[in-house]
Amino acid sequence: MASLGELERAVMDLLWAGQEAATANKLRDLLAQDSAAADGIAGHQGKDLAVTTVLTVLSRLEKKGLVERERGTRPHRYQAVSSRADHTADLMHEALGSAPDREAVLARFIGSVSESEAATLRKLLSKN
Amino acid sequence: MFWTSYFLAVLALVLAWPVPVLLSRAEWPARAPFMAMVLWQAIALAGGLSMIGAMLVYGLEPIGDNLIAGLRSLAGMVLHNEPTTALGFWHLFALSAAALLSAHLVFTLLLTYVKIERQRRRHRELLTLLASPSDDGPGTVVINHDSPVAYCLPGGARSVTVLSDGLMAALEPAELRAVLIHENAHLSQRHDLLLWAFAAWRQALPWFPTTRLAQVAVNSLIEMLADDVALRTESKGTLIKAIAIVASGSVRPMERVSLPGTSAGDSSSDDSTLSGTGGADSPRTTASRVSRLLSPKPPLPAGLRALVLAASAMLLAVPTGLLIVPGLLG
Repeated sequence: MASLGELERAVMDLLWAGQEAATANKLRDLLAQDSAAADGIAGHQGKDLAVTTVLTVLSRLEKKGLVERERGTRPHRYQAVSSRADHTADLMHEALGSAPDREAVLARFIGSVSESEAATLRKLLSKN
Repeated sequence: MFWTSYFLAVLALVLAWPVPVLLSRAEWPARAPFMAMVLWQAIALAGGLSMIGAMLVYGLEPIGDNLIAGLRSLAGMVLHNEPTTALGFWHLFALSAAALLSAHLVFTLLLTYVKIERQRRRHRELLTLLASPSDDGPGTVVINHDSPVAYCLPGGARSVTVLSDGLMAALEPAELRAVLIHENAHLSQRHDLLLWAFAAWRQALPWFPTTRLAQVAVNSLIEMLADDVALRTESKGTLIKAIAIVASGSVRPMERVSLPGTSAGDSSSDDSTLSGTGGADSPRTTASRVSRLLSPKPPLPAGLRALVLAASAMLLAVPTGLLIVPGLLG
C-alpha cells in the first residue's frame, strides 16, 4: 500500500464489497487484514497504516463525490455513493455517449453506429 | 487598404461556406488523409485570420495607410487620449467587433481546454478505481463491461487505453493488436490536440457551416490515419473484422448502458442529438472507414499531394501577407 491512489482503490473495493456503512477504524482493520494476507507478513503493513491516513483517503474520496458519511453518528460511518456497477455504467456512458461537448474528451475505436450500418457490418462479418 | 479589407472579407466568406462544403463532399481526403488534415487546419486558421483582419483593416482605414501604421495611431488614441474624430461609427464598430471576436476565439479555446481536461481527470480518477491493469502493456487497462468497447483517454504521460472484458472476449489476439495499435496511433500522433482545436472552433462559431463540417471531417480523418498505422503491421482483413465486431456490438449504447438514475426520456434526447446534427462523429464515419478498407483507392499522386500542401500554404500566406507586408514596405 504505497500511494494514496492505491489506498483509495482499496478503500473503495471494501466499501463496494461491504453491505453497510463502515467507520474509519473498521476500514483500517480490514485493510490491515488484506495487506497481511497479501504480503504474508502478519499485521506488519497494517500496523503502519494509521487511522488518520484512512480518514485522509476517505475525505479525498468524499471530495470526489464517491463516498458519503452519515453525519448523525460518532465516529462517522462511511459508505459508497453508488455501486461499482453504476460507476462502470457511468464511465461507459461517457465513453460511448455522443453528447457534443464530450466528443473531444476521448477517442473511441468505433463511434456511434446506426442500426442499418450495424446490419451491413454484420452481413460483412458473416461473409468473412 | 480599402481593397485589402474587401478581399479579406470575401476570403473569409469563401472559407466559411463554399470551400468547406466542397471539401467535405470530396472523395480524395480518404486517399490522402494527412494532406486533408493539413488543409482543414489551413482553412480554419486562414478563415479566422481573414475574418478578424477584414474588420481590423476596414476600421483602421481612416487613420493609417497600412495595418501597422493604423494600429500605431489607434494605440496613440487609446493610450494618450488623442482625438478619435477621424474614426466614424462603422469604423469603431468594426474595430470593436474585431477585438470581441479575437477575445471570443481565444477565450473559447481556453474554456474548451479546461472543460475537456476536467472531464478527462474525472474519467481517469474513476478508471483508477474501477479498471485493472492489462497484460497488453503499460497504459492499458481493462474494465468490467460486457459490450465490446475500446477507447483512449489522452493526457500526456498519463494517457490510458481502455478495453472492456466484452472486447477481449470477442476479438482474436491479432484483432486486439490492431485495436491497440489504432488507439496508440491516436495518442502518439496527438490527435487530442486536433479534437480540442476543432471542438473549440465549433463551440466558438456554431452557426458557421465550416466549423461543423471541419469537426466531422477531422473526426473521420483521424480514424483513417490511425487505421493506416494499424495496417502497417496487421492485415486488412484483421482490421475490418475488428471494426465490424466492435461496431455490431456497440449499437445504440444508450439502451445497452442504461443508467439507473437516467430516465428513458434522457437517453432518447441523446439519440436525437446524434441523428439530428450528426454529431461530430458522423454515423457515416464507420461505414466510410470500412468501405475505404474494402475497396481501397490508390493514394493521391505525389503531384496532387504537393498541390494540396501548396494550397494550404497559400491560404495561410495570403491573408498574413496582405495584413503585414504593406506595413513593412511602407
